[in-house]
Amino acid sequence: MKLSYYPGCTMKNHARNFEESTLYALGELGVEVEELKRWNCCGTVYSLSADEVMHQVAPVRNMIRAKEAGADQLMTACSMCYNTLKRANARARANPEQLSRMNAFMYDEPIDYQGDVEVVHALEVVRDKVGFDAVKKKVVKPLKGLKVACYYGCLLVRPREIAFDDSENPTVLEKLVAALGATPVEFSHKMECCGAYQTVDKPEIVADKTYQILTAAREQGANIVAVSCPLCAFNLDHRQEVTLQIHPDLHTMPIVYFSQLMAIALGGDESVLRLDLHHTPPGPLLTESGLL
Amino acid sequence: MTAHITRHHLRNAFVAKVQRLAGQNLMACYQCGKCSAGCPMASYMDILPNQIIRLAQLGFEAELLNSKAIWMCASCLACNTRCPKGVRIAEVIEALRQIELRARHEHLKVEDIPPEVLSKIPPIALISSLRKFTS
Repeated sequence: MKLSYYPGCTMKNHARNFEESTLYALGELGVEVEELKRWNCCGTVYSLSADEVMHQVAPVRNMIRAKEAGADQLMTACSMCYNTLKRANARARANPEQLSRMNAFMYDEPIDYQGDVEVVHALEVVRDKVGFDAVKKKVVKPLKGLKVACYYGCLLVRPREIAFDDSENPTVLEKLVAALGATPVEFSHKMECCGAYQTVDKPEIVADKTYQILTAAREQGANIVAVSCPLCAFNLDHRQEVTLQIHPDLHTMPIVYFSQLMAIALGGDESVLRLDLHHTPPGPLLTESGLL
Repeated sequence: MTAHITRHHLRNAFVAKVQRLAGQNLMACYQCGKCSAGCPMASYMDILPNQIIRLAQLGFEAELLNSKAIWMCASCLACNTRCPKGVRIAEVIEALRQIELRARHEHLKVEDIPPEVLSKIPPIALISSLRKFTS
C-alpha cells in the first residue's frame, strides 16, 4: 500500500526540524513515503460550523492529489494538518450530499473525490506498521538520561471519532519514547491546551499556559518535553521568552518533536535534528546525556 | 442581573440560528458544569462555557455576542470530549463567533499585527488565528 506524505506549511519552514527528523526516522524504519507533488494548505483548523462546506474543499483537494499519486493513504506528522485533513475526510465520507457539493465546486479537478483515501498520522504508522518492538530493535543510541514529559496538546487525539489513541489519557508517545530507551514521566498536563492560536494577539495567555505546563513537567521529574504539533512547539518553546518576562521563576526546558528523539536514537546526526530552530537549546541536555 | 424570560426569548430566531450553525440541540444541556471545570481558558472568560450554553438556550443574544469569552475559546475541544450529554460546546461557541464574523464584525485586524510578530510566528499560528477571528 502506497503512503503519500503531506507536509503542510509549517513543516517546510519553522518546523524543518520536525520534517527532517521524521523523514529520517521513517527511512531508518523502512517506511517509504512519497511527498505529494503538489499540495495546498489544509486550512489549519477544521471548520466547526454545521453549514460550512467551503472550508472543507482545501483539505479534500489534497485527497485528490493522493489519489493521483496512486496512494490509498495520506500521512502527515503535523497534528493540526492531521486533525483538519482527517475531519474533513470523515465529513466527506459521512455526507454524500456535502461531498457532491464539494466535487461540483472543484469542477476543475480531473477526478471526483470518492472518500477513498485514509488519513494517517506518522505516529500511527510507526505504531501500527512498524511496531514499537521493531523500533526498539533498531535503536543504536538509547536515550538514557532523558526524562520525557509527553505532551499531546489538543488536536492529535480530539475529537474521539478521529483519534488513534485514548482522548483523555493517550499513551502512544510514552510507549514510543520508552522503546527509544528514554524514561516517560507521568504527566498531569499532557492534554492541557497551550493556548493555540491565541499566541498571535494574546501571547500573555500563552505565557500563563506555558508556565503551568512546563512547571508541572518539571515538578513531575521531566527534563525535556516531546510534542507532535508545530504550534504547541512554538508556544511551549519560543514563547518561553515572554513567559520568563511574566513568570520570572520559570525553569526553562527544551521542547523537541517526538521525531527528533527517534532520529537521535536511530543514529541520526545533528544535521537531521536542526537544533538551530529551537529557542531553548536542547543541545546541553543531549550532550550531558551523551546523545550528541 | 434580573432576567425576564418569556416564550418569545426561548423561541427567537437567534436560538434557532445558533442551533443550526452549531448543529446542536441546546436543550440537551443540564448544566453539570464539566465543560467549564475543564476549560483551559475559563479563567480568562467573562462568562463560562456552561453559562454560554444557558444564555444561548434562553436567547440572550447581546450578552453572548458582546462577551469576551467567545473570543477566548481556543477550540481545544476538552469540553466536547467531556460533556455527558454529547453537547458540542465548542461548536456552539464557533456559531457565536460566526454570527459576529458573518456580519463583518472582525475580532482581529491583520493590519494591527505588528511586523515583528508576523516575522516570528509560524504560518499555522497566523492562519488559524485569522480563520477564527476574521471573516
